[in-house]
Amino acid sequence: MPARTVLQQADISRALTRMAHEILESNRGTDGLILLGIPTRGVVLARRIAHLITQFSGESVPTGALDVTLYRDDLRRNPTRVPSPTQVPSGGIDGKTVVLVDDVLYSGRTIRAALDALGDIGRPRVVRLAVLVDRGHRELPIRPDFVGKNLPSSQEERINVRLTDIDGEEFISIGGTS
Amino acid sequence: MSGTLVIRGARLSDGTATDIVVTDGVISELGVSLSAAGSQVIDADGLIALPGLVDLHTHLREPGLEQSETVLSGSRAAAIGGFTAVHAMANTLPVADTAGVVEQVKSLGDSAGYVTVRPVGAVTVGLAGQQLAELGAMASSRARVRVFSDDGKCVSDALLMRRALEYVKAFDGVIAQHAQEPRLTEGAQMNEGTLSGQLGLAGWPAVAEEAIIARDVLLAEHVGSRIHICHVSTAGSVDVIRWAKSRGIAVTAEVTPHHLLLDEHLIRGYDAKYKVNPPLRRAEDVQALREGLADGTIDIVATDHAPHPLESKDCEWDVAAFGMVGLESALSVVQASVVDTGHLQWSDVARVLSSAPAAIGRMDGYSTGIAVGGAANLALYDASVSTVFSASQLRGKSVNSPYLGHTLPGRIIGTIHNGYLTVVDGELVDTDQVASSALVTERGAHHG
Amino acid sequence: MRHLLSTRDLSRDQAVAILDVAEDMADVATREVKKLPALRGKTVVNLFFEDSTRTRISFEAAAKRLSADVINFSAKGSSVSKGESLKDTAQTLAAMGADAVVVRHPSSGAPSVLAQSGWIDAGIVNAGDGTHEHPTQALLDAFTIRRRLHRSAARGRDLSGTTVTIVGDILHSRVARSNVWLLTTLGATVRLVAPPTLLPVGISRWPVQIGYDLDEAVSAGSDVVMMLRIQAERMHAAFFPNAREYSRRWGLDDARLARLGASTIVMHPGPMNRGLEISSGAADSTQSTVREQVSNGVSVRMAVLYLLLSGEREELS
Repeated sequence: MPARTVLQQADISRALTRMAHEILESNRGTDGLILLGIPTRGVVLARRIAHLITQFSGESVPTGALDVTLYRDDLRRNPTRVPSPTQVPSGGIDGKTVVLVDDVLYSGRTIRAALDALGDIGRPRVVRLAVLVDRGHRELPIRPDFVGKNLPSSQEERINVRLTDIDGEEFISIGGTS
Repeated sequence: MSGTLVIRGARLSDGTATDIVVTDGVISELGVSLSAAGSQVIDADGLIALPGLVDLHTHLREPGLEQSETVLSGSRAAAIGGFTAVHAMANTLPVADTAGVVEQVKSLGDSAGYVTVRPVGAVTVGLAGQQLAELGAMASSRARVRVFSDDGKCVSDALLMRRALEYVKAFDGVIAQHAQEPRLTEGAQMNEGTLSGQLGLAGWPAVAEEAIIARDVLLAEHVGSRIHICHVSTAGSVDVIRWAKSRGIAVTAEVTPHHLLLDEHLIRGYDAKYKVNPPLRRAEDVQALREGLADGTIDIVATDHAPHPLESKDCEWDVAAFGMVGLESALSVVQASVVDTGHLQWSDVARVLSSAPAAIGRMDGYSTGIAVGGAANLALYDASVSTVFSASQLRGKSVNSPYLGHTLPGRIIGTIHNGYLTVVDGELVDTDQVASSALVTERGAHHG
Repeated sequence: MRHLLSTRDLSRDQAVAILDVAEDMADVATREVKKLPALRGKTVVNLFFEDSTRTRISFEAAAKRLSADVINFSAKGSSVSKGESLKDTAQTLAAMGADAVVVRHPSSGAPSVLAQSGWIDAGIVNAGDGTHEHPTQALLDAFTIRRRLHRSAARGRDLSGTTVTIVGDILHSRVARSNVWLLTTLGATVRLVAPPTLLPVGISRWPVQIGYDLDEAVSAGSDVVMMLRIQAERMHAAFFPNAREYSRRWGLDDARLARLGASTIVMHPGPMNRGLEISSGAADSTQSTVREQVSNGVSVRMAVLYLLLSGEREELS
């Protein structure tokens, strides 16, 4: 089955804008707010959401990257994964509201690893989860707080997220050979 | 030996096809379409008939190191390789430095019967390089020793070497020198060069061999003795020997099959099956050895068959034993390295693996090659086949062959020692049968 | 990565990847919780046939920070000293379920023998074999140089344009060999300075420059000067007349230190012979990375163990 595009660039922008509003609203402002993206595309998304929040609120929001490679539970099942750097904003995460940002939420295992990784860095006041796409099929009791788009999919299908900053083009497609 | 043997359609090393009739241990007739009523017939169509191969450098390990090899097991390994005579080196336990030990080795060889076992006597007592062994007693013993060697160790003391060279003239003996300057090779593990530097293995410089050869050919010239150089391994050694021969010095030299085929790059993985003394050298040395053999600078090929138990090789490189077994594979390796490459004709092979080593060892019966009236020592070889060499082709007690897994050409189909078969259809004749043939032959010799 | 036996086997990209992972590991070392769960349930055996407390504890710390179980197997006091073969030892470790074996051995090539033997399926890390190689030492040296030169922008970079001068007993040094291959693979220019007796025969075919005169090398300038440990027993084998003469001609003393540029990095793999190949002034100067090398050693070994033991047994892509 050929891949079909389910979100165009404008759709993605709209979704991120909505998520930025929701995060601001739920946190009642930017106080203590930190956005940590999960490499690779989560980091780009965290930066874009932070930029939008700044546009709406006039306040800047610290962002960073949280690599979860070394906390994964499937290290021995796949070819060796090379970790990406973790970058935590200079003030640290203790007592902060950390919003984890990722592109696609699927089994929930990446987020489980992220929570473990977070715990080794510090002790946030609260941790939230923002994902651009939730495709279902959770294997752990994890659910997102902010979702760009729910995309019910079959497990055989592949969700492909392309972002301008990384891929030079921007859309989300479903299906096609993986 | 009762009965007659007819070998049909063999090709001699000069290319002519002939039948060979063997009667009472002697070649009685050569020619086309010969018949002998009631005789055993061997179909040798497509096979090369070579005179029985003679190894001037074999380690049979008995007495004392029977877990590696015995005179019997080594004789069987020799026979399956087409050999009909081997010279058994002296580094046994006890060392073959007395008439008693060499006679024991000879009689073990006689009763095994697969090949003629010619003991080599030690040059110095216990191979210790201090004091001459009883060379005369060994020479006049029943073993009639003519080749003396401390092989495994170099006779490094120049004065002792001079005396040994002089002394053996009394009974037409020869000193076979293991050329290895001991101080230059302390702890040495492999050929010294770019690769040893990379692998971090202590280097074994070519000069340690060449310097001893240069010294000893000059000593031999000075005292008017003949000298034999064991397992020449470097291009520089070939040059030194070529120079010595051009001066008329009575030097002969041997090269091993493995130094004709293998080079040091095999050591990269630290696999101790490639650990040998002298070490595998550079590809340039291999080339020089082939050319030296082709132009007659090097007189013979000798196996340096050196059996070791598995655990001596299944370990770290620097604790592993030096040495490779080589009797079973020798002719195949010679074919691969110097015949198929055009350096030698089959007639040259007959010389370097039979008549020349027999002459150095002062053995009778090999000077004429395959000729009417000559002793019936023959090897029938199929040069057209090619096999992946495996442990199943080894017949000695040890399996430390560097060729396991290598593709080698050729195979011995039959071997005839003193007129009786030791190998038929590529398989060894039963031990008891060979022993009784040997006994009958010996009695016949005494009667005749 | 299946084994780490030699730096000769590493491509530039593989080497840079190891150094980059080591950067991530070094970041972890600055956190309050210095432990990672990546190798939970894996068993790392430190198999040391030769005493080397510093290398062993470095590997031990690395394995423990990755949550692996660590077994220290020292040849001293074990059955090895009673003549047990490498083969039997390896088969014992295999039966105990070792996933990785870190081997220090006095025989060159012993780790390669283990890796190819079929006696044990574990990944093998060469922690120094005879006078052959010491790959993790070279990796930590390269890591230390890269950090000093590029600071936080080190990730992804090699050592192009860097000149490294290695001084001392090249002939017997596994550290020198591993550094020659690794540093040149990473684009550095390597210059070796030693008495001619302590340079291997055939070194002219190595990808290095050769010199006999340390003063000349100091004048020529270098980004890095790496001093090797000289063993006093070498003088008994006539490699040089005595320690005094060696120190005078090939030691990094205070006068030579002063003539080095202030930005020149001074390295030593340790343990040092102060006053012989390196003066205390040089060892303790701000240019010296001797202590950084120790802490970087843990990060680099974490990276190696991680890359060896995580994932399916495949080559590092």
